[in-house]
Amino acid sequence: MKIRLENLTKKFPNRNKKHGEYVIAVNDFDFEIPSGKLIGLLGPSGCGKSTTLNLISGLETPTEGKIFFGEDDVTHLPPENRGVGLVFQNYALYPHLTVQQNIMFPLQNLRGKDKLSKDEMKRRALEAAKLVQIDTLMERKPSELSGGQQQRVAIARALVKMPRVLLLDEPLSNLDARLRLQTREEIRRIQKATGITTIFVTHDQDEAMSISDQIVVMKDGVVHQIGKPQEVYDHPTNLFVATFLGTPSINVFRARVQGEKLYIGEENVLATPGIQDRDVICAIRPEGFLLDQEGPFTLGLDRVEIMGRDTSVVCTHEAAVSEVLRAIVRTDSLVDEEKNTVRFSLLPRKVHLFDPETEEDLPFEV
Amino acid sequence: MLKKNLKAWLYLLPALLFLGAFMVYPLIDVFVYSLEEGYNSASQTYHGVGLFNYSYVLHDPYFLQAVKNTFILVIITVPLSTILALFISLGLNSIQPLRHAYQTIYFLPYVTNTLAVGLVFMVLFKKTPYSEGMVNLLINWFGGQSVDFIDGPYWAKMFVLCFYTIWVVLPFKVLILTSALASVDENLYKAARLDNTPKWRMFTRITLPMISPMIFYLVITGFIGAFKAYSDAVALFGTDLNAAGMNTIVGYVYDMLYGNSGGYPSFASAAALILFAIVLTITCINLLISKKHVHH
Repeated sequence: MKIRLENLTKKFPNRNKKHGEYVIAVNDFDFEIPSGKLIGLLGPSGCGKSTTLNLISGLETPTEGKIFFGEDDVTHLPPENRGVGLVFQNYALYPHLTVQQNIMFPLQNLRGKDKLSKDEMKRRALEAAKLVQIDTLMERKPSELSGGQQQRVAIARALVKMPRVLLLDEPLSNLDARLRLQTREEIRRIQKATGITTIFVTHDQDEAMSISDQIVVMKDGVVHQIGKPQEVYDHPTNLFVATFLGTPSINVFRARVQGEKLYIGEENVLATPGIQDRDVICAIRPEGFLLDQEGPFTLGLDRVEIMGRDTSVVCTHEAAVSEVLRAIVRTDSLVDEEKNTVRFSLLPRKVHLFDPETEEDLPFEV
Repeated sequence: MLKKNLKAWLYLLPALLFLGAFMVYPLIDVFVYSLEEGYNSASQTYHGVGLFNYSYVLHDPYFLQAVKNTFILVIITVPLSTILALFISLGLNSIQPLRHAYQTIYFLPYVTNTLAVGLVFMVLFKKTPYSEGMVNLLINWFGGQSVDFIDGPYWAKMFVLCFYTIWVVLPFKVLILTSALASVDENLYKAARLDNTPKWRMFTRITLPMISPMIFYLVITGFIGAFKAYSDAVALFGTDLNAAGMNTIVGYVYDMLYGNSGGYPSFASAAALILFAIVLTITCINLLISKKHVHH
């Protein structure tokens, strides 16, 4: 089932009228989510991700715009008739019911021709539990489960009624780091196995990048970029997307283009064909730095952090906008820590230029 | 270690002294009194030890009347006030405008003096040679016969007493239940709503279990409170409750000590211990029932 959002807008009345009549949580969303894909809604806190999810689920009604499931206009359909499964951030499991009763709860609401027999309900609950691998915990109460297990129960409860769309609100935020890695693979596996169009909300770009078919990067209620994770990472359309994606984050400099050459400070660091003479903001991915004794770009050397496979070279530069500059190089390449400076050459496709005013991408020929 | 313990006991000493003097000693004393036969409070003598006091109290028609009144009061007011409070709280919880104003209004009777409320009830229900009382005027207006609620038939007096008791205990229950309802995780309802859960099922399968500890708390304290009822009856029917036939167990204990028939601490003690046994039994039954139905 594909989902289409048309000019979707949600305004909340502002409590403090000094700051305007409304808070715009979601501003004019216009995009289509292809059927059977896993989509990550990504953005910093307060950017309207959860509101978008609530609008799709029907728990909130949009101020303007339309929502389509396939060809059906569901904008004014109440949530109970939309056929969506929602996994809440705090899981919202019924604490007084066992795992089995929790998973069966949606099935017990079916009436009329959809009404199921007790055995059928149990069978379907077990099926859903097996899918998320909690079929051995059916008699437990939620309080007797770990965070990861509760999460799975919540997913099973959302899946058991065979929803048209599965929505996950910050599904991994309550889990510890190791469990997070494991669970995100699990979500990917479950989504692939069921083929249900799935949208999940996260503020963690790693999470979104690693499992999504597509990511939607948002800020302040505005969609900044939509695309495959790698595409968005490689070709950010503006400075926000470039800085939001990637760990360690991208290194930002004040720079200048003169004669189709990029200058950071006094040094000509890269050829940038196709750009007029002007001031620019230059952003360089940590992996875009190549250690090079003869390299054109000289940075002050602060310290070297070895992180197993990679080495992070922490640098300083007078034109830097970022607080910390990091270059990621392979551990086997040696940095002379006795020196005060380190020289790099740059990988052109890891360098992005932006307009200092609009912060939009300025493409150059690589 | 010993020194540390000593210090702890020292800190506890004032509380222990007061509790010992005003709680433990009187409790033991009550028990002793209840076994002393023919105790004379003037000469402080008695002529035997046994269960005669209990036997006397259990055969006293006034006591039996008091037990009957108390039980009727408990059985009617505890469930009724709890259910009413639940409905009012649900209503308060679902309205948005003027919610706090309504909450305040519903809580007002709680901060009003029992006797003042009793006076208001007198005005509402009492029939005098000069006036019929508000309620009787209403009954007449609907074409009914006047009833004397304060000095009239037993059922009318019991009705007023129950009405009054419910009125007095309701605000506290509403307060507790409103806050219990407000503390239920909103997401549970959202989740249930997405699953197309009917309203009634949401109430019975989510709301009730989630607030069941509070309901249970109200039922237990309600039972205990109603068994100890006394001032309510006095507020409505005056101090000579035996004559009005509206005495309660605590009222009987008081009368045995200080009333017109007073001066019998042994009978009072026996009655008090019988009340204690009743309350203990009922509370134990409540606890057993709650084990099955209350989600903690």
